Amino acid sequence: MKTNSISIDGQQITFREGQTIIQAALEAGIYIPYLCYHPDFEAHGSCKVCTVRVNGSHCSACTTFASDGQVVDNHCEDLNSSRRAITQMLFVEGNHLCPSCEKSGDCELQALGYYLKLFGSHFPHLFPHREVDATHPHILLDRDRCIFCELCVRASREVDQKNVFAISGRGIDSELVVNSPSGTLLDSGLDVNDKAAHVCPVGAILIKNQAFQVPIGQRKYDKNRIDDADLIEVKHDHIDS
Amino acid sequence: MIETTIKSIIHHHASDPTRLLDILLDLQNQFGYLSAETITQTADLLDIPVTRVQGVVAFYNFLYAKPVGRYRILLSNCIIDTMHGALAVMDQFCQQLGIKPDQLRSDGKVSIAETSCSGFCDQGPAALINGVAIASLNSQRIASIVNLIENDTPLKDWPAELFQRPDNIQLPGYLLKQAITPGSAISSLLSRGTQATLDEIEQSALRGCGGAGFPTASKWRYCRDAEARQHYVVCNADEGEPGTFKDRVLLNQFADQMFEGMTICARIIGARQGFVYLRGEYLYLKDKLQQIIDERTANHWLGNDIAGVTGFDFEIKIRLGAGAYICGEESALLESLEGKRGIPRIRPPFPVTHGYLNQPTVVNNVETFATAAKIALEGSQPFNQQGTANSPGSRLLSVAGDCTHPGIYEYPFGTRIDQILDDCRAENTLCVQIGGPSGTMIAEADFHRHISFEDLPTGGSFIVFNGTRDPLEIAGNFVAFFAHENCGFCTPCRVGTTLMKNTLSKINSGSGSQDDIAELHQLCELISKNSHCGLGQTAPNPVMDTLACFAERYQAKVNNRTFTPDIDLEAALQEARQLTGRDDPAAHLDQFNE
Repeated sequence: MKTNSISIDGQQITFREGQTIIQAALEAGIYIPYLCYHPDFEAHGSCKVCTVRVNGSHCSACTTFASDGQVVDNHCEDLNSSRRAITQMLFVEGNHLCPSCEKSGDCELQALGYYLKLFGSHFPHLFPHREVDATHPHILLDRDRCIFCELCVRASREVDQKNVFAISGRGIDSELVVNSPSGTLLDSGLDVNDKAAHVCPVGAILIKNQAFQVPIGQRKYDKNRIDDADLIEVKHDHIDS
Repeated sequence: MIETTIKSIIHHHASDPTRLLDILLDLQNQFGYLSAETITQTADLLDIPVTRVQGVVAFYNFLYAKPVGRYRILLSNCIIDTMHGALAVMDQFCQQLGIKPDQLRSDGKVSIAETSCSGFCDQGPAALINGVAIASLNSQRIASIVNLIENDTPLKDWPAELFQRPDNIQLPGYLLKQAITPGSAISSLLSRGTQATLDEIEQSALRGCGGAGFPTASKWRYCRDAEARQHYVVCNADEGEPGTFKDRVLLNQFADQMFEGMTICARIIGARQGFVYLRGEYLYLKDKLQQIIDERTANHWLGNDIAGVTGFDFEIKIRLGAGAYICGEESALLESLEGKRGIPRIRPPFPVTHGYLNQPTVVNNVETFATAAKIALEGSQPFNQQGTANSPGSRLLSVAGDCTHPGIYEYPFGTRIDQILDDCRAENTLCVQIGGPSGTMIAEADFHRHISFEDLPTGGSFIVFNGTRDPLEIAGNFVAFFAHENCGFCTPCRVGTTLMKNTLSKINSGSGSQDDIAELHQLCELISKNSHCGLGQTAPNPVMDTLACFAERYQAKVNNRTFTPDIDLEAALQEARQLTGRDDPAAHLDQFNE
């Protein structure tokens, strides 16, 4: 008999047809860590932080559809340790200097690091050379902090209908590029009210002149751990809709 | 003037953004490289974001956003070419031409760089010069190439003997003994019937020859049963696994049969359009393949009303790759075919239901289509009377490395490794890499094992290493390959392959510690379990296999400390010593050593 239910770490939850594992989980109040997933966009499946074990095989919770009877492992030591390592990889791949970053406290990468008990970067830093684009009067693009989640790419394409951002290159030399004659944000048509200007989970795309409107210590993840913060948001979205 | 040329090239490709790769290759042939201006104008004329064109140019190895030489030399850095002296070849070219790798000579005439395996491991070292393959490089051939370049001789006027590329078929079997008569399998299809032909392929139990081994008949049936306005047949001729070259030989001698297999597939699934995605390294085969397509069209084996049957319409187009191993992965191949960066798609859905332009698509390898044609002609019995219960039929192996007779060997599945080593006259063999870097490395204790899906599956690469080779250097070469060729989409593979490469080269340079070995174990586990596609899932194999087979060699290379830093502090002080003009003992770290 079809019950539309799956078990996550032994807890039975129900899902609606067409929901992915992460959607069903968040709705049921179970947190699965993620970075490139965003409820407003089609799943991307690139960060691999949401990797869970479904009936024994590893897969991304954001791209795997829930189906009856799945047995999902989520919070266990080996998966969290992989998530920690993947998060550390994102830290060493870019140049993330949290103490001087104005996103500190609101940054999902940083918050995830705390959640996963990440006490250091573990891997040797790659120290890439990436360009900062400060040409736009209201928006800053600091590529040092980009984690290739492509949320700005998706937001600009799907919501703003502008295609301001894209990923270019290959492998470890991938880079976030801007669609404009000069290659900078100045003549890109990106507006400060665009979704793409606000969707960045880290400090790569920032609105200028707002750095410390909310003081350190009173920011989103200062108040709540990332799992609680995200689950509160899901709840609100659910009530709103 | 430039704008007119760009316009005419784009017009020639029907102003179709899915043909972006073809357009950019043509533009590059015209202008030498793809300048920012060319890229911008192309984007404008195709009405696509400039970043899409930029992204594609930066993704593919054979597209250049900066000026390169009028003569572009790309040397294969495959492990086998390296064993055959590729480093010395690089030195000789550089010395005689007065250039350095990755730099353009000041007169703009020539540049040289490395490229991944170019598919000539039985006759290496090999190079691509202006995209055309030249094999068996030795001092004499290098000298004459340098001469031709310095004399500005156009490539088309170079002596034909430079372009000789023997097929080296050493052991023909079921497939290679004789090609079918063109059209004969289509006649069989028509007399036997479409469903009965599919049943015959099902009975043969033919499995995809690209490596994954998915049952061919099932793939075709799923695709046929997917309702859509169009169905497509795609031949994956992008063999990029280092060490493999059997598809090159098939394309050279059995292309007619491969096209026939595609046509049969088209009839079964109801496709009217097919593509051959030809790896850029095999550019020199393109004209020959096109000629065969033209002949088949003239003979009504392709085109409209094939073999006189109303509505049996099928055409095949050749599309060139541009140097990206990842495009051998079927969904990355489809992205590339649509004129995009070769990023593997999220699967499911699979190409059989959502393939080229989101339509149901069969993607099969060259060998699979050639075999399917033979089965359609002769029935399943001659095929599956050989092989094992789970792996019927035969497999083409590209045998190369430390053996006297490299080349193509066709073996029934179930053939033991030690027999293959005997046949190719391999001596003092230390280990064999089966299925390329993404496959399995086995040492002597496992030479009794056999080629089959249930034991040692392979996409065709078979590399022999003798006792003079260092397995860790081999693993280092393979890992560098994955670090270079991964697409960059998912974190574990994008970052992990580079970390694995760096850790292994630290060990190989003699500065590794026990901690680095432990680190490799963890990285392997992480990358293989968490990556998005087959590339990442198999990229750690060379490290895992060498760690298992040659643990003592790792131990011999690392020091006894539990940890050594990644940076060399002594070397890091060099700049300070230079600036201060000091070189006394107190300016060195040795003073602190016990």
